[in-house]
Amino acid sequence: KHWSPHGPSPCPDELRLMAAPLTLLLIVAVTIRAVLFRSSLAELIPERVEVVSPLNAWKRGSGIIMMSSYLFQTPLIIYFFHFVIDYAEIVFMMADALTAVALYLAVKDYNKTVFRKQKYALEAERYPLDCLELIRTPKEMYYIPLKVAMFYLLNPFTILSCVAKSTCGLNNAVIALFILCTVKGSSLMSAIFLALATYQSIYPLTLFAPALLYLLQRLYIPVNWQRSSFWLFTTQYTFMYLGSLCVMVCLSFFLLSSWDFLSSVYGFILSVPDLTPNIGLFWYFFAEMFEHFRLFFICVFQINVFFYTIPLSIKLKEHPIFLIFMQIAIISIFKSYPTVGDIALYMAFLPAWNHLYRFLRNIFLVSVVLLACSALFPVLWHLWIYAGSANSNFYYAITLLFNVAQILLVSDYFYAYLRREHHLTHGLYLKRKDGSEATLVLK
Amino acid sequence: MAAHRCNIFMLVFVLCGLTYVFVRADIEDTNHVKDAESVAVDIAPKANIGASLRSTKTEDQTQAAEEERQWEATEVKEADRVPDTMQTPDVPPLTPAKDQFQEELVIRPLHSGDIYASFQFRTMWDTDFLRGSKVSHYRLFPKSLGQVISKFSVRELHISFTQGYWRTMQWGQPFLPSPPGAELWVWFQDTVTDVDGAWKELTNVLSGIFCASLNFIDSTNTVQPSASFKPLGLGNVTDQRFLRYAVLPREIVCTENLTPWKKLLPCGSKAGLAVLMKSEKLFHSSFHSQALHFRPVCQDWKCKSTVWELRQTLNVVFDLHTSGQGKREWSLFKMFSRTVTEACPLASSSKVYVDVTDNPQGELFELSPTTPLLSQAVVLGDRRTYSVYDLTNQATFGQTRSLNMLLRWRAAESGDMLRPLLHGERYVAGYGLQTGEIHTLMYNNHPYRAFPVLLLDTVPWYLRLYIHTLTVTSKGRDNKPSYIHYQPSKDRLRPHLLEMLVQLPPNSVTEVTMQFERALLKWTEYTPDPNHGFYVGSSVISALVPSVVAMDTNSTRECPLFSSFFPCKEESSYFMRVYTEPLLVNLPTPDFSMPYNVICLTCTVVAVGYGSLYNLLTRTFQVEEPSPGLAKRLANIIRRLRGVPLL
Repeated sequence: KHWSPHGPSPCPDELRLMAAPLTLLLIVAVTIRAVLFRSSLAELIPERVEVVSPLNAWKRGSGIIMMSSYLFQTPLIIYFFHFVIDYAEIVFMMADALTAVALYLAVKDYNKTVFRKQKYALEAERYPLDCLELIRTPKEMYYIPLKVAMFYLLNPFTILSCVAKSTCGLNNAVIALFILCTVKGSSLMSAIFLALATYQSIYPLTLFAPALLYLLQRLYIPVNWQRSSFWLFTTQYTFMYLGSLCVMVCLSFFLLSSWDFLSSVYGFILSVPDLTPNIGLFWYFFAEMFEHFRLFFICVFQINVFFYTIPLSIKLKEHPIFLIFMQIAIISIFKSYPTVGDIALYMAFLPAWNHLYRFLRNIFLVSVVLLACSALFPVLWHLWIYAGSANSNFYYAITLLFNVAQILLVSDYFYAYLRREHHLTHGLYLKRKDGSEATLVLK
Repeated sequence: MAAHRCNIFMLVFVLCGLTYVFVRADIEDTNHVKDAESVAVDIAPKANIGASLRSTKTEDQTQAAEEERQWEATEVKEADRVPDTMQTPDVPPLTPAKDQFQEELVIRPLHSGDIYASFQFRTMWDTDFLRGSKVSHYRLFPKSLGQVISKFSVRELHISFTQGYWRTMQWGQPFLPSPPGAELWVWFQDTVTDVDGAWKELTNVLSGIFCASLNFIDSTNTVQPSASFKPLGLGNVTDQRFLRYAVLPREIVCTENLTPWKKLLPCGSKAGLAVLMKSEKLFHSSFHSQALHFRPVCQDWKCKSTVWELRQTLNVVFDLHTSGQGKREWSLFKMFSRTVTEACPLASSSKVYVDVTDNPQGELFELSPTTPLLSQAVVLGDRRTYSVYDLTNQATFGQTRSLNMLLRWRAAESGDMLRPLLHGERYVAGYGLQTGEIHTLMYNNHPYRAFPVLLLDTVPWYLRLYIHTLTVTSKGRDNKPSYIHYQPSKDRLRPHLLEMLVQLPPNSVTEVTMQFERALLKWTEYTPDPNHGFYVGSSVISALVPSVVAMDTNSTRECPLFSSFFPCKEESSYFMRVYTEPLLVNLPTPDFSMPYNVICLTCTVVAVGYGSLYNLLTRTFQVEEPSPGLAKRLANIIRRLRGVPLL
């Protein structure tokens, strides 16, 4: 076994070496945003329906007077902005930077864990011999955290979202901090951030399962229904999560002294009353829905977001971080008011799955479709809303295509991940019974 | 027998009524709203001595006076040419009837060459609609309405149906402003517990009574203004919880609304001024507005007891070109294709007024037949002179036994019109279907006086107002409203309500702008003609406007010097309400032919997501074994049937 055993060790020299590019990256990112904030685009971008949704639009959220009708922002966020409303631009830039740093540290730590596991597996000779080319080397893993941070900070979607002052950036920061705390093994902080993310937009509720799995894995507690330690930790984590969620909801109640925010925020998310076009699947579907089927389809579409949690958790119980990635992606595709900022978060993880590249089936097609759609969104919007030469179907068609591309992207990564795992147990060059080269199929 | 007695009774009553009318005609009935405030201009002292000052003192004087005020300080000058008009002995009526009815028609030639005709019918009834005991005997008051009022404990009801927009800058102020479409506002008694429920039922009932689509009034277009709509009648309850206000700007007013409205009159359209209301003529006009106002007013000047007043008004503007064929020559017959032959026998007073203010010596137009009676009134801050035709006097009808007034213009150009002091405009700015901006312009044309106005805006929920973009500017400078009441909308539940008190600087335009975003609605929420656009009701500007009479310092009129030093002689200000244009706003529309396709396509995409994940979740990777050929498979099936080992 000729491979270097020293992984990305937490040597202070290396940390210092890595800190410099990260700082540079942060400076570049902040500069881009600051320039855009000062440019004429700062007026235009917050109008884009792809970038802001009724849930996170700054214009709606931050009127001079906070009005209950547009109170689709949660009370805590509004309270927070009461203090920082004059520094909003800095807050949003800092949120992006924070997300990037959190993702950087999280992925770095996660890579270490992955590397350690791989080392043990190699030492235990669990991998088939022909799988050596699938083994990840420290060299290729070295730049992954930086690439993740770069993918987040320099992604045009993130930049747009930040310049539009969409509170999506803050939600992403909360989720990134949650991932960081989970990876670092701090179950209390992880529960608090998860509760905060849930409080903000319900859907991160599905991240509970991967976080629990990861923390259990970290504590070497097997997922076993008979083990009391498993139950003990699960109850503990659940209590921490529900407790902090409860505290946040009660705090909001004390801030507003009414429960109206529950229906105006969560009712708004779940019942989809606002049909303003966005990049998601909900708006046109429910604008065109027959009245007596509306409730049924709302239930179907909302359940669809939460539905994949349990099967995915079972399938990926050994790989909670990949599960987190899958969940975030599913949320951002199937949520009721998606924006490009949500997409940016899961796209930031793509460099972490660099090693799956050889198993991806249609990455080229998907990337081209995603790029083309991103360019076509504003074009068709203009044709529909301003020029009047197209109608709503044009924009709708693009959202459909965009979502198909996202679904293909996510399922492609899922396929590649599963396939790699399969190869790691069964060998890379599989043979048929008759000795000829075999092709793998799903059965 | 009973019928016979009844007839006699009626006859006696009519006689009494007629005597009463004659007496009052002699002393020229003048309705003073506030004798305290108004100082009569001393033109005809003789008439003034005997003037019966039936004053009604109202709680909310400024607001309540809006309608009454037009007959304030009315002086009658008997023309010297006809010395002997109606010299009936000054005998008071025998028994004051519990209810009485008055009708009148005002004709005002407008400066644009159009002509404005305003009918007013007033029924007063001293009864109690609300004290448990059922009111069962109706005489002059319409029973259908009385029952509704007592059932829903209505204290005040104001309803108007208007077709067309009143062009203030061309026509001046109307006597009774009303917004295009239907407007309804109701003050309920403070004993009503479920105001919303009562409002809902009331709108449905009124919808039936007036054959109008008032049943479309629901919570999405109802508001409770906090300041703009105070009660016009008696009563000191001004808690806005009992007020409901709604406008249907899309409502189209036509004959089917006029007929039920006419039926509420005691004489119907059989006699009196109502015979003039022929729908084919009334609706062939530039502006048509019919209204009904119900409110409690004082019975006498002591205001010991209240009576209910039902005022039905109808305002029409006949166009110079479409109705008048471009000729500046108007007659009752030309306007209404009818003439007046008698007063309504049930009416205690029945008069036709023609505005001759601009025509004191008859140089502008010629009015025939001439009438000996002149009357002066301060209408909306402006002193006007009217020729009065008393229909209860047979002499009015002359030999032909019908009155057909003729106004023939002498001059091609009519004189200058006094610019309305307050005027409002509104429009939508911006392009595209995403956002827009509502601009409301308020003009103060007073040369040196600033005054505050109350602006009321109700905007439907599907225009999402950005209240933080609200700007009020006058003369290029920021004008901070001293009072803002904003009630945000709730999707599909209630509209935006914005009320603010703005000070309008003299001789200025104040612009109120606010940005909004257009919502995409469900396909079933669009009107059948979605690309026509959606109406947004008029904004309402209510103000106490400084009187023009006070402004008029270089008056040539003869008046004692001691009375003319302080400018605020008659009234320093008067109440005025101005409605702006309704807005027509386009919303983005979905493709209405697409529901099946959209459901299929979106579900397909969701299914693609579900399918690919399901595929990966449930299946495992396996090495593909070549499938046996078709022949072999067939052979195996046969072998299985035969129970022979497979190949």
